[in-house]
Amino acid sequence: MTGDEVLARVRDLRFQRGRRWIFDGVDLDIRRGQVTAIMGPSGSGKTTLLRLLGGQLRPHGGSVQVAGQEVPRLSRPELYRLRRRMGMLFQSGALFTHLSVFENVAFPIREHAELPEPLLRALVLLKLEAVGLRGARSLMPAELSGGMARRVALARAIALDPVLVMYDEPFTGQDPITMGVLIELIRRLNDILGLSSVVVSHDVEETLAIADYVYVIADGRLLAEGSPAQLRASDSAAVRQFLDARADGPVPFHYPAPGLAEELLDGEGP
Amino acid sequence: MTGRLQALGRATLDGLQALGGAVLLLGRLLRGATVVLVRPRLLVEQVYAVGTLSLVIIAVSALFVGMVLGLQGYYTLVDFGADDSVGTLVALSLVRELGPVVTALLFAGRAGSSLTAEIGLMKATEQLSSMEMMAVDPERRILAPRFAAALVAVPLLAAVFSAVGVIGGYLVAVGMLGIDGGAFWSNMQSAVDVTPDILNGVIKSVAFGFVAGWIALYMGYTAEPTAQGVSRATTQGVVRTSLAVLGLDFLLTALMFD
Ligand SMILES: Nc1ncnc2c1ncn2[C@@H]1O[C@H](COP(=O)(O)OP(=O)(O)OP(=O)(O)O)[C@@H](O)[C@H]1O
Ligand SMILES: [Mg+2]
Repeated sequence: MTGDEVLARVRDLRFQRGRRWIFDGVDLDIRRGQVTAIMGPSGSGKTTLLRLLGGQLRPHGGSVQVAGQEVPRLSRPELYRLRRRMGMLFQSGALFTHLSVFENVAFPIREHAELPEPLLRALVLLKLEAVGLRGARSLMPAELSGGMARRVALARAIALDPVLVMYDEPFTGQDPITMGVLIELIRRLNDILGLSSVVVSHDVEETLAIADYVYVIADGRLLAEGSPAQLRASDSAAVRQFLDARADGPVPFHYPAPGLAEELLDGEGP
Repeated sequence: MTGRLQALGRATLDGLQALGGAVLLLGRLLRGATVVLVRPRLLVEQVYAVGTLSLVIIAVSALFVGMVLGLQGYYTLVDFGADDSVGTLVALSLVRELGPVVTALLFAGRAGSSLTAEIGLMKATEQLSSMEMMAVDPERRILAPRFAAALVAVPLLAAVFSAVGVIGGYLVAVGMLGIDGGAFWSNMQSAVDVTPDILNGVIKSVAFGFVAGWIALYMGYTAEPTAQGVSRATTQGVVRTSLAVLGLDFLLTALMFD
């Protein structure tokens, strides 16, 4: 099953929230050594997909395999062993608010490896240097800007040198210079360390610039897939709408709802 | 009518489910608490955190409670010419009853509420989720040491409470009401025994620490991950802990001194 170039394999994925199907039969592959991008409108389930890959949510149907293991079927210890080789950047950053920047990045290392303090320090400083925040190491998370917090979270996500890194919206809230550095960083980490990366993002240009392969999801299904060049050349109306950032088109911009006129005239409910 | 029945049924089911969840969590907390054997520092940090939170309020309350006990005891006993025994009355009330109970109530309000809010906020801001994704079990790493800390801290704080309370009683009885200091101490010493008095007090306070830690953590861990949800869980945690402590106190007292 393993040994091939596919690190994570998702087949006929079905997942439901309340009565709404977030995924209704999605297939995708995360190939080793590549940066795979997942794009899609807000609320289309990108974060949910990462949580399914990380085993924090269980699918209602279909299969989610990472490194040849069926994630939903793993026992807790097996799942934890797999997660040691995964890094995840949370959309909210999710830094530990009671720990300094340095200790946040050191946390996963301290938990999993018994390193002498000088070595640990060197490792953490290198990770912080990579995101340009070595000088901010003694700040507390509350003293960081949103963009800085996200970069610290990124440093923490790669602290254990994972095999698979999942970035949930790494570019949000970054200035153009930092954005460029982050693109460079994600690409370099991926290529030099031989990682595989999943990048979830709305930022079309940045994502197309960094990705080897792109999946576009909307409405619980795969809308399109292909290399950035293939997507750019696509003449599907839905893909064009997404890439050119237009509100009207086949992809609904709104969360499913009854007609606006109907609801305004109806005058009932919240 | 059916609507109400339905609501009642749902509330009952929800209640049972919550109780089941709490018991399951307790099992995992007890198993997880072994982490403090491997990493005692986690326990020390938490005992320090909850202990320093509650120490001042507990010492001050104990002083006043002891002083009131001294006054009330004196006025009651003096009619029987037994005012020398006021030390005994103060000490027994504190060690057997007021020390453990009032400590647990204050602990719930001061440290328990802050545990609930801390855990609830960590959950709401995805800190617990991100810990899970780092292959670190938050129940073992974050919740269990706090539970163990409550188990250790409440008996220690109850001991402080009783000690400071006795001093308060002494100040009033000897300093204000003119009871002989020697009689105060010697009566107390001959009447208060390690077993059953002190031991029972310790057993009570361990039980209260157990309940206070368990409820506070459960409320935080299952709080709805919103500002509103966390604040509601915090209040409910204090209320439930207080009721549980008082109920449990009656039960334990009935068992111990029958
Ligand atoms: N805990 C939850 N309970 C119920 N529904 C949820 C929950 N979390 C997410 N959802 C729903 O699942 C859908 C997908 O959410 P998800 O967070 O995966 O979207 P997303 O693609 O990451 O969006 P964004 O780009 O805004 O981050 C949303 O429509 C949301 O309403
Ligand atoms: Mg998201």
